[in-house]
Amino acid sequence: MSFNIQKIREDFPILSRKVNGYPLVYLDNAATSQKPQQVIDSIVDYYSNYNANIHRGVHTLSQEATDAYESARQKIKTHFNAKEVYEIIFTAGTTHGINLVANGFSDILKKDDEILVSAMEHHSNIVPWQMLCDRTGADLKVIPMNEEGTLIMEEYAKLLSERTKLVFVNHISNALGTINPIEEIIQKAHEVGAAVLIDGAQSCSHIKPDFQKLDVDFYVTSAHKMCGPTGVGILFMKEEWGNKLPPYQGGGEMIAEVTFEKTTYAGLPHKFEAGTPNICGGIAFGAAIDYLNAIGFEAIEQHENELLEYATEKLLEIDGLKIYGTGHKTSVVSFNIEGIHPYDIGTIVDKLGIAVRTGHHCAQPIMDFYKIPGTVRASFAFYNTMEEVDALVNAVKKAKYMLS
Amino acid sequence: MTIEAIQEELIDEFSIFEDWMQRYEYMIDLGKSLPLIDDDLKNDDKLIKGCQSKVWLNSELKDGKIIFTADSDAIITKGIIAILVRVFSNQKPQEILDANTDFIDEIGLKEHLSPTRANGLVSMIKQMKMYALAYQTQINN
Ligand SMILES: Cc1ncc(COP(=O)(O)O)c(C=O)c1O
Repeated sequence: MSFNIQKIREDFPILSRKVNGYPLVYLDNAATSQKPQQVIDSIVDYYSNYNANIHRGVHTLSQEATDAYESARQKIKTHFNAKEVYEIIFTAGTTHGINLVANGFSDILKKDDEILVSAMEHHSNIVPWQMLCDRTGADLKVIPMNEEGTLIMEEYAKLLSERTKLVFVNHISNALGTINPIEEIIQKAHEVGAAVLIDGAQSCSHIKPDFQKLDVDFYVTSAHKMCGPTGVGILFMKEEWGNKLPPYQGGGEMIAEVTFEKTTYAGLPHKFEAGTPNICGGIAFGAAIDYLNAIGFEAIEQHENELLEYATEKLLEIDGLKIYGTGHKTSVVSFNIEGIHPYDIGTIVDKLGIAVRTGHHCAQPIMDFYKIPGTVRASFAFYNTMEEVDALVNAVKKAKYMLS
Repeated sequence: MTIEAIQEELIDEFSIFEDWMQRYEYMIDLGKSLPLIDDDLKNDDKLIKGCQSKVWLNSELKDGKIIFTADSDAIITKGIIAILVRVFSNQKPQEILDANTDFIDEIGLKEHLSPTRANGLVSMIKQMKMYALAYQTQINN
């Protein structure tokens, strides 16, 4: 499929609605993406035609639902090039996946072990590790970043030692858009025998990571940021870790045999999938991956980079505007205008139909680093247009005029 | 002036505006006239939770009436709180407790009344009423 932006936009019903009397300009894609008709149809189709519980029934509907759910898992495995399909564990999303791993390490970590986390993490990738440190007596160390919003790799190398057991870094920062050098991070961690978890909540809508090539131990992401529904995501876990970590939640589906004396757990991935999963969500996640691949990640990346370059250039023409995150990055522009609170800008541009995010973006340590209360963040997806960038820039100019 | 009379006055002032932009510009102007809280009182005790921008609110009882002073780091928020201060400052605690806030809808700021809105208008009103309740209890004892 060639990249035809008008045709792509027609796939997204929401993009034709109006907000406050203006055509919607949706630039909050880092929070969640919009959904194409193909994904919406897959949800309607599931509930209209083959809704049933999976892995349990011998009846036809149950078989159909199980096949669709498992074929979504297979699609996801192929997409990310995991070695085995059972290394893909369905979760409720990124946060759930991180907590599952953090919980699994409760019994593995010992006092004085160290875990490293980057200075630009989402609260989802900070709080569970703090809780883990509280439980185990391990220490949390922070990989610092520079003014550009880029991790300082020399400092990372210095922090690594044989005490390091785990490293957690996001692939792409939601607040700054920085793309972190995860290949190098993983390789260096492995040299000291530490495992690595990559938070891919922001990355998988922009690029296509290859799990085997990365040699990553754990990788988590959410479907809702990649045109899929909310409430579903995946945790990729290398087989050896899958065997090592204890189950997270007990329940149906995750067992092999239960007596009141003893339960043996099911194999991967079911060991980590207690209870009836989000069946429809998993299937729709598969449909979203098909959709993205039909457009093609090369085309997506190219278009998004054009949007990023154009938006950066135009916004910087505004006097007093500063962009945070200026290194190697994806299509996120986080900015402030001197003397104006980001919340004020967000309020005015919303009145003009433009959806941006304001605030600390669940990454307070980054805001503390820059000593700012928050930023205005415009995050672009492949369905955004140059005209929408113009609308954003004009709205920001108007806001600046009103507010200064 | 009574709370009700001030509310009527505000409704009147806002009624001449034809669109949201004029309303917001006026609100921003009102923000600039807000009676400011003393800088040394801008501590966490005076901070109102639930706002994306910072809002500090102070109250004092003078001759049986509450005097509010406030500040915010965001100008639209400052405008909103200036409106509230104009309505509720220099009033008796019981009158503040009895007052309703329907005028906010009538001056076209209803969208800010949603409790999910991060600007904290609802929290501001709640905090003002909490102060009023505290002073009223003090007076009753
Ligand atoms: C970098 C990053 N990590 C984690 C999350 C949490 O994802 P979810 O809310 O889907 O669990 C987000 C979502 O904003 C994110 O941007």
